[in-house]
Amino acid sequence: MSLLWVAVITASLGCYLLKLAGISLPKSALNQPTVQRVADFLPLAMLAALVAVQLVDGGGYYAIDWPILAGVGAALVVLLLRGSFLTVFLTAIAVTALLRLVF
Amino acid sequence: MPRRTDVLRAAIGIGIYAAAFGAAFGAISVASGLSTTKTMVLSLVMFSGASQFAFVGVVATGGSPFAAIGPALLLGVRNALYGVPVSEILQPTGWMRLLTAQLVVDETTAMATGQTTARARTYAFWATGLVLFALWQLGSLSGALLGSAIDPAAFGLDAAAPAVFLALLWPRLNAPARRWVAVLGAAVAVALIPVVPAGLPVVAAATVAVVAGMLPGRLGDRTRRTDAT
Repeated sequence: MSLLWVAVITASLGCYLLKLAGISLPKSALNQPTVQRVADFLPLAMLAALVAVQLVDGGGYYAIDWPILAGVGAALVVLLLRGSFLTVFLTAIAVTALLRLVF
Repeated sequence: MPRRTDVLRAAIGIGIYAAAFGAAFGAISVASGLSTTKTMVLSLVMFSGASQFAFVGVVATGGSPFAAIGPALLLGVRNALYGVPVSEILQPTGWMRLLTAQLVVDETTAMATGQTTARARTYAFWATGLVLFALWQLGSLSGALLGSAIDPAAFGLDAAAPAVFLALLWPRLNAPARRWVAVLGAAVAVALIPVVPAGLPVVAAATVAVVAGMLPGRLGDRTRRTDAT
């Protein structure tokens, strides 16, 4: 079994066990302000980090892929205009593909 | 019972959205180097959009695949918190608990807690959960098969992952404290890129959330839970 398979199965079971723990643990364990706040903040820190890393990580050094940056910039404009998820997604890939085609 | 029709209609709306979102996931997953089978194991067993995107996003950056486990799990923590209202509504026992757990995600929790009667809450959870699960699988499989047939870079698919993360992040940036956590999380991750192996900068960003969550007073009090992805 490849390392990637081990990682896929470990992460998948881990995510399932988190859900199972949530409906199995006593309410008092999870209903604490600190736990709630940390859980609320986690997706923010992680998602922001993922956006940033995807934009500037060239594999252990800083590198910017301009068509990707422009695609994500266009996606941001769509978000500001309150576009749907699908519009955001399609705009990002269309702008990036178009720029690659032209340059 | 007109309320049931309303709930079912809303559930189908969420499901259609999930099919599109799932197709995007499937395409990005195979573009990141995962096979269609691995992609489907993620959709069937992990079954949590943000965690799945994070996993394949980190795999795409190279390095050890184990680096992708941390970000996926950290994004899955919020599902554990959703367990509190869901178990109050459904009170599952025995093997039903195992089945119910898999469907505890953003959409099912929001739909269930949004109803006014106990019966409507139970119905909303199951209707949303089952429609969502089925269409998420269908979307993932279609996306993976389509993604395998094309050249991902030529179609700009490598821009899709950061755009998806941005789209998931955007509606959550609705309070000053939350925006600060996002900015600091991104800053920590970017600063660590040349220093630590791939995947770890994203995991390190979690410390920002933990520290901010433990700070007493102002930071935490200003936030409100409004998750709907």
